[in-house]
Amino acid sequence: MNTASGASGHARTYLLVFGTLAMLTIVTVAAGYVSFPAGLGIAIALVIATVKGSLVAAYFMHLLHEQKAIYWLLLFTLLLLLIMFGLFIGSALDQGGIPSVS
Amino acid sequence: MEMIPYTVEAREDTGMNNAKLGIWLFLASEVMLFGGLFSAYVFLRLGAPAWPEGGSILSVPIATFNTLILIGSSVTMVFSWTALKENDFGKYRLYLGVTILLALLFLAVKSFEYSEKFSHHLYPSSSTFMAIYFTLTGLHALHILGGIIVNGYFWGPGSKMWTSDPERFTNRIEIAGLYWHFVDLVWIFLFPVLYLL
Repeated sequence: MNTASGASGHARTYLLVFGTLAMLTIVTVAAGYVSFPAGLGIAIALVIATVKGSLVAAYFMHLLHEQKAIYWLLLFTLLLLLIMFGLFIGSALDQGGIPSVS
Repeated sequence: MEMIPYTVEAREDTGMNNAKLGIWLFLASEVMLFGGLFSAYVFLRLGAPAWPEGGSILSVPIATFNTLILIGSSVTMVFSWTALKENDFGKYRLYLGVTILLALLFLAVKSFEYSEKFSHHLYPSSSTFMAIYFTLTGLHALHILGGIIVNGYFWGPGSKMWTSDPERFTNRIEIAGLYWHFVDLVWIFLFPVLYLL
């Protein structure tokens, strides 16, 4: 990725990723109009979003060819994110469940 | 004035320059920020007696159009960086200029969406759904605005560095790109969560 020829050689890949992202966006919208059971509909939308997000991170943000330190940093961030979610869930359970919102 | 070290060359211990490590640390903090708000969305939704389907209140076609605009801007952003790698400054300015225009178009569409909601008397105070919708999309729009300012600087006055220190300038565009792609990534999750589920 650090040479001119390498950069230009990736132009096709970037366009291919763009096409895939656009297609997956259309698929997500189309799936929204199909009456899946509630849980399945949410799962499909989130799986497609995760695939799209991974493509952006892997190719546009070059995570496929990044230094190990970045991978460790992201892993640590994920761990902190899970701890934060755990604190929220624990706090809600401690108060007898998720508080109802009017 | 002493130069900031490791802006171009990689540090031995991290294997990368400081700018790249810095932007990834910043993006990690952004993950926590949006992660916290996403979990707020989940809790509000689970705690609500009823939750509207996003598409019944919001315009899915408009949001789909905006999603494609943002994805397109990510491609032009990465192309502006590859143009610098190829020593083609003219192409760089063209692609970064298109990125900025696409970002402005995204904000224009978003403000049209907001004005539509306001004209129907739908405000953040109208419902829990509208409150979290305006919070999440508003914060995201602020990030888009921040990206426009940074990219605008690198398109205009900041591009002078290309003549004095091209390698460092190319690094700066890569770093600005990482931020821009992250903003795109956040929208990729916001779109189905708010508009389709």
